[in-house]
Amino acid sequence: MADLTLQLLGLQLFTGIALGALYVLLAIGLSLIFGMLTVVNFAHGAFYMLGAYVGLWLLMHGVNFWTALILVPLAIGALGLLVERTLIRPLYGRGLDYPLLLTFGLSYMIVELVRVFFGNTGYPVDTPDVLQGAVDIGVGYFPLYRLFVIAATVVVLVGLWLFLERTSFGLIVRAGARDPEIVRILGVNIARVWLIVFGIGTGLAGLAGLLAAPLQGVIPEMGGPILAESFVVTVVGGMGSLLGAVVAGLLVGVVVSMTSLFAPEMSRVAIFALMAIVLLLRPQGFFGRAGLMS
Amino acid sequence: MLKIRDLEAWYGTSYVLQKVDIDVERGEIVCLIGRNGAGKTTTLKSVIGLVEKVRGSVMFEGEEMLNLPAHARFHRGLAYVPEERRIVPGLDVRDNLRLGLIASKLKHREAELVAEATKIFPRLAERINQNAITLSGGEQQMLAIARALIARPKLIMLDEPSEGIMPVLVDEMFDLFRQLKAQGVTILLVEQNVERALSVADRAYVIDHGVIVHHASAEALLADAEIQEKYCAV
Repeated sequence: MADLTLQLLGLQLFTGIALGALYVLLAIGLSLIFGMLTVVNFAHGAFYMLGAYVGLWLLMHGVNFWTALILVPLAIGALGLLVERTLIRPLYGRGLDYPLLLTFGLSYMIVELVRVFFGNTGYPVDTPDVLQGAVDIGVGYFPLYRLFVIAATVVVLVGLWLFLERTSFGLIVRAGARDPEIVRILGVNIARVWLIVFGIGTGLAGLAGLLAAPLQGVIPEMGGPILAESFVVTVVGGMGSLLGAVVAGLLVGVVVSMTSLFAPEMSRVAIFALMAIVLLLRPQGFFGRAGLMS
Repeated sequence: MLKIRDLEAWYGTSYVLQKVDIDVERGEIVCLIGRNGAGKTTTLKSVIGLVEKVRGSVMFEGEEMLNLPAHARFHRGLAYVPEERRIVPGLDVRDNLRLGLIASKLKHREAELVAEATKIFPRLAERINQNAITLSGGEQQMLAIARALIARPKLIMLDEPSEGIMPVLVDEMFDLFRQLKAQGVTILLVEQNVERALSVADRAYVIDHGVIVHHASAEALLADAEIQEKYCAV
């Protein structure tokens, strides 16, 4: 019995990490966008959902999963570029609420458009053949596809880390998140940097949507709950902190999956309780800078 | 080289610069002095492009700057060291220096130019891998100046560079200004340390309530106790 419980806990821990990986991909994008552009992107969940639907559409048209894994982030990233350039850019310098309301409205429009083209009902998405089945991870058999989600997230994170730490553009992003004015007077066209960062963030959301599709299928409303949870992740991790997004994303994933094991009816509430506790003890989150929102 | 004419600037509804005229010739050190709140910082910020509401004309080498975004003015050869120094926290000293070259066409000579900067500022060489926020105030000022100079600007504007810095570093800094002048770099300097600033400057403008109220050679102003008393005493 004790063995079984330990096994169950172990497996549930991995399930939580896989779920957390999706949170991390979303929260990193939210955090990058907030840290650089001070835009609270309420359309992030819609981009996630679009990623799943674009993936579905590609798969239905005979594109294989691996190609879709490249095409979806590119497509959603490109859409993000368009949105930043045409809708968000005119709102810079007007405070937090303008872009927040704009992206909030935009998310409704995107969801409605998807309903028009794909209908209200959802679709299941097949797990790619080579990723079907389960593997023994020591504590028991774990679905191969979930392991793949964790691995893909690790690859993306390492890539993003190298990009930020080792490239000139990454140095601009790191400095620009702290002090955009200084970066401007050192000759950098910051508007272009913001554009690219927004595209990277939405591209990551699209990728998360595609990765989530085989786990839960796609429906037009899939972006709503996970957006709320991803905001919890960015708040717990600290707004604007990428390390915070990773740590808090995994933590929230594990909390959700553990509470759904012991008290399924509480699993959605648990993360908000977690957020409340963290905010009481440390208002800026794990790795956030105090006063960022004021 | 720099011709400021009828420069007006507003912060919200407050009218900060009320038609300022300043000329800076190539190779000069020109000092802008005046009390706190007189409009010194706003003048520099308007020239570099950090004030949104401006009117008038800022010609640099025959080209109007007020129509250009801030980042384009850097590429024309303007540099600015703000009063708060604005070292980027979280980045080490090397990355802060690299930031000065990040958009420059001299970027391909990064290693060489960073090495050169650390030769001019040996204190930075010792702390090259340190988080820049751990530097002392004076060292941060050196870093801010080095970061502005590394891309070889034609004109550098400095806002209160000696403020809050220990005297030995102030000496080093004013020596540096003389050397820069000898190398042909033009300097527009805002200083509270009026005597010190006038001792290196060629000419000076006195600003009060957003208006240039006096303009003279540095020597003449240094001898003019009355003007100094009236507009510059803190």
